[in-house]
Amino acid sequence: MDRDAVRVAAELMNEIYLSFFNFEIMREALPLLLRGLVVTAKLCVAVIPLGIIGGLVLAVMSQSNSRSLRIAVVVFVDLFRAIPPLVLLILIYSGLPFAGIDISPFAAVCVGFMLNNSAYYAEIYRAGIESVDRGQTEAARSTGMSSAQTMSYVVLPQATRNVLPDLLSNTIEVVKLTSIASVVALQELLYAADMARSLTYNASPIVLAAAIYLLILWPVVRLLSMMEHRVGN
Amino acid sequence: MNETVTTSAWARFLETFFRPDLIEQYSGAIAKGVIVTCQVAGLVVVTGIAVGLALAMIRAYRIKPVNFLIIVYVDVLRSLPPLVLIVLTYFGLPALGSTLSGFVVLWLVLSMVLAAFAEEIFWAGILSVRKGQWDAARSTGFSFTQALAWVVVPQAIRLTVAPLTNRTIAITKNTALGMVIGVPEILNEASTAQSFSGSATPLMMGAIAYILLFIPIVVAGRWIETRFAWRRS
Amino acid sequence: MSESRADTDANPILEARGLGKSFGATKVLHEINFRVFPRELVFIVGPSGSGKSTMLRCFNRLEEPSCGAVFVDGVNLMGKGVNINQMRQRIGMVFQQFNLYPHLSAEGNITLALRKVQGKSKSAARAAAQRCLELVGLADRANARPNELSGGQQQRVAIARALALEPKVMLFDEPTSALDPELVGSVLQVMRNLRDEGMTMVVVSHEIRFAREAADRVVFVCDGAILEEGTPEEIFSTPKHPRTREFVAEIAR
Repeated sequence: MDRDAVRVAAELMNEIYLSFFNFEIMREALPLLLRGLVVTAKLCVAVIPLGIIGGLVLAVMSQSNSRSLRIAVVVFVDLFRAIPPLVLLILIYSGLPFAGIDISPFAAVCVGFMLNNSAYYAEIYRAGIESVDRGQTEAARSTGMSSAQTMSYVVLPQATRNVLPDLLSNTIEVVKLTSIASVVALQELLYAADMARSLTYNASPIVLAAAIYLLILWPVVRLLSMMEHRVGN
Repeated sequence: MNETVTTSAWARFLETFFRPDLIEQYSGAIAKGVIVTCQVAGLVVVTGIAVGLALAMIRAYRIKPVNFLIIVYVDVLRSLPPLVLIVLTYFGLPALGSTLSGFVVLWLVLSMVLAAFAEEIFWAGILSVRKGQWDAARSTGFSFTQALAWVVVPQAIRLTVAPLTNRTIAITKNTALGMVIGVPEILNEASTAQSFSGSATPLMMGAIAYILLFIPIVVAGRWIETRFAWRRS
Repeated sequence: MSESRADTDANPILEARGLGKSFGATKVLHEINFRVFPRELVFIVGPSGSGKSTMLRCFNRLEEPSCGAVFVDGVNLMGKGVNINQMRQRIGMVFQQFNLYPHLSAEGNITLALRKVQGKSKSAARAAAQRCLELVGLADRANARPNELSGGQQQRVAIARALALEPKVMLFDEPTSALDPELVGSVLQVMRNLRDEGMTMVVVSHEIRFAREAADRVVFVCDGAILEEGTPEEIFSTPKHPRTREFVAEIAR
């Protein structure tokens, strides 16, 4: 009875090994995956800085005296936080050609991500700006600094410091989000892995891709975790 | 000359994204997708938060080997893109002999991801409750578990509402990823309709369905955040 | 009792005419008329909630007056085309909560406006900051962060920060109310020194002893209006208005 259980367990382990950790297949698929990783990297480099800048601009605009500007920012941010990124991506990627607008897949993906990201970064920065004590603004304005100078030299440095964990957390999310581009056939890491999977009928390439994501992101996640717990304490 | 160019561009836009006859034809399909999306999202929220809270409470007992496992689990699930996990589970499990439907895989994976994030959020909340609260509870005869359940967690929860709401919204939007594994949610229905009709209108309908579904939730989330402001000092 | 060094023959450095302020439906200031002459130290006293701080903050438009005008050095701050940022350089303000920039050193706090608003070079700004820190007795703490300084030291840095712009008049909004009692003296000494150097000062405060010894004029504000004004002797020893008498009796307790 015991021997049967052990045999079943061993068989299961073997199955798992063959289906998920087939090193032969992984070795063959690696070059393909690395090419995908390069595309992922390009995507991140394009999207993250622009998203951060866009979010910053939106957050500063949300503090403006003009009511219509403030409302416009809220509408934009809530809209692009409500649409799932994949939907936005497909809409831009598939929809624009129908409207006669020609756009490269990479550019379509970039635009979609930037719209989505800047909304999230905007919310983070807005919380940061509002967390800076009003007295700081008053002190700066009372020495003759303009609103723009006050924002740049007094408020934003403190705001960024206050929300650094959230900024880091969102950036990690953006890197993970790039995997969605595989659905619109952009040849980033997951697309390459899935392609290898369908060619080999084996899930090992995807495990390899997961390992690559882990390698890149886990250290940052750990760092973030330590930052968050120090703040929480 | 400019007038006709702009009106024709506008007309083309409407024709591409807002064809009335297609809107009528596919509303039923989209509506069915909405129901499926809501089902998956609802289940994910309930199981994800419940498991996350359970994990955080277990972590409070500070049993080293158990904590190690929890931390590994949380780190891995926070570092991997949900789509990678979905594809891996859906296409990999059949090799082990089990066939789970797309619906179940989607629910399972998204719950586990939400649980990982929720655990971190609840844990940070538990850590931030002052030690004096534990002292007071234990000194009146509460056991560790009772103190945890009736004194510490209720206070911790107040601090977790805002980040939890944000994270939950972000993860439930990933239900759109179900399209990749054939779950008949909104995006899938919209995408299928797009292929059949050769028009981007169903896609726009899907996007609007998501917006109508999620904007109230995002706005409610914003309200919740202001009521339970979590201040990082 | 102080000898008035005020130059009452000259034009007032700061003047409010018909200054009023409402928050929504609540009227907080009722058509205030107020003048400060060069080298004067005017003390503003009154019960809490009387609108003293609001009045002070209207003087540099940190609060926007609902009606009336504020003149600084003859210029109407409420006028069209007035560059309020430029005008604010002529008015120094010291806050109850100090409001030092936590991410900058003491010197950094002082040089920021000198560099960004007045366009001074880094070296010129640092030299000016050193001088101001010397004036408040903190020349050796130039590189300290606010959180490394005691409350009294922080407030002195805040005074130095306002001084550095060479204002014509300085406004003090309850400068010692947030300080532990033993730290109050150091700040009051700095204020005394400023007065002796001839700075025009408007001080909202509860430090009655300081008012008696250093103020040229005391103004009693109650329920958003100036009820009485006069020398410290007149206000504290022989108040005329019943409300003033009530207040003076309260604080003597």
